[in-house]
Amino acid sequence: MATVSDIKRRIRSVKSTQQITKAMKMVAAAKLRRTQTAVVAARPYSAKLKEVLSRLVASSPDFKDPLLEVREPKKVGFVVVSANKGLSGGYNANVIKKAVVAMAQHRDQEVGILAVGRKARDFFRKRNYRIEGEFLGISDVPTVVEAKELAEVVKTFYTEGIYDEVYIVYTEFINAISQRPTIKKLLPIEAPQEKTEGELDYLFDPNPQLVLNQLLPLYLINQIFSALMEAKASEHGATMTAMGSATDNAAELIEQLTLSFNRARQAAITQEIAEIVGGANALSG
Amino acid sequence: MAGKTLRLEVVTPERMVLSEEIVSLIVPAIEGYMGILPNHAPIISGLEPGVVKYKVDGNYKKMAISGGFLEVSDNKATILANTAELAEEIDVKRAQAAKERAEKRLHDKGDIDVLRAELALKRALARLKAAGQG
Repeated sequence: MATVSDIKRRIRSVKSTQQITKAMKMVAAAKLRRTQTAVVAARPYSAKLKEVLSRLVASSPDFKDPLLEVREPKKVGFVVVSANKGLSGGYNANVIKKAVVAMAQHRDQEVGILAVGRKARDFFRKRNYRIEGEFLGISDVPTVVEAKELAEVVKTFYTEGIYDEVYIVYTEFINAISQRPTIKKLLPIEAPQEKTEGELDYLFDPNPQLVLNQLLPLYLINQIFSALMEAKASEHGATMTAMGSATDNAAELIEQLTLSFNRARQAAITQEIAEIVGGANALSG
Repeated sequence: MAGKTLRLEVVTPERMVLSEEIVSLIVPAIEGYMGILPNHAPIISGLEPGVVKYKVDGNYKKMAISGGFLEVSDNKATILANTAELAEEIDVKRAQAAKERAEKRLHDKGDIDVLRAELALKRALARLKAAGQG
C-alpha cells in the first residue's frame, strides 16, 4: 500500500499539472474569442464577394478563365489544414481521417498534398504520401497575407496543370464544443449560383470578362482565408474543451487521492495506537 | 433624403472599414477616375490602387485603397478593397519608405519583377496622396 508521503507527492504533482491545463484552457479561450471576432469582421466582405460573383456569372455564363477550366482529373491536390501542436483532443486526428477517406476515393488518380500545420505534414510524411508543399506558419488569428501565400501556390499548381482539381480539407467551426471536419472543392472554381432578384442590368467596367478575371483570384484567396479562419477557431475550441476536461479529470483525481491520503493517515494512527495499547497490555499483564 | 445621398460601404477581407451616408464618390477605376452620384445605374467595376474620395457634409474625405472592386446598386455603393486605410490611419513614414524602395528597385532594373515593383509604387503613392503628402 502507498505510504502517506507517496500519496502526498502524487497529489502535489497532479495539482501542478492541473494548473498547467487550466492555464492552457484559458489561453485557448482568449485566442478563440479573438479568432471569432475576426471571423465576424470578415463576413461582410465574403458575402459581398460571393454576391458580385454570382451576379457576374448570371449575367452571361460563358466566361473563360484559367481558374474555371474543368479538366479530366489525372492528379488531384489536397490542402489539409491541421494544427502545429497537439493537446487539442481529436482535432488533428479527425481532420486527417477525413482527408485520408477523401483521398481513398481518388484511388484511380494521383494524389498530392499541400500540408498546413505540422501535424498533417508529419502524419502524411510518415506514411509516404506525396507532400508537395507545407505551410507551418499560420498564426493564431490567420491573416489575408497568409491566405494569399497559400492561394498563390494552389493557383500555380493548378494553372501549370500539375493538379487538375484541388480540394481543401479543414475543420468547420460550429461552436466552442463542436467542430466538424469538412471538404470543399477549391479549383476549378464553381461559381456560387445564388438567385438574383431580376435586377440583372449591371454595367461592367471596363467589361465583364476583365472584371471576372480580376475577381476569381480574390475569390480563391477568400475561400482559403475563411477555411483557415474556421480551422483556427476550431483548433482553439478543441484545445479549450480538451484542456477543460483535463482540468476536471485532475480535480477528480485529486479528490480520490485526498481520500486515500486521509485513509492512509487514519490507518497509520490507528495502528500506532493499537501498538501502544498492545505494548501497555503486555507490560501490565 | 431619398435621391440626395447614397450609402458607401468599404469592406476588406479583414474588416468593415467604413459605412456612411455620402453625397458623392470618386473611385480609381481601371480606365481612370470615375465619379458616382446618387441614383447611379447598377455597375460593377474593377479598381486600381489609388485614392477614393467621398463627400460628406460638403467636405471631401480621402482614403487609400490597394485595388479591388466597386459595386453600386440601389443607392448603395460597396467597395471591396484588398486593403483600405482612411487618411488619418495612414502611416506616412512607412508609405514614404515603401515608395523610395519601389523607385529604387525600378531604377536599378536588373532581374526584378517590374510589375510587382510598379504595383508597390502605386500603392505607396496612393497612400501618400490620401494622407495629403503626395
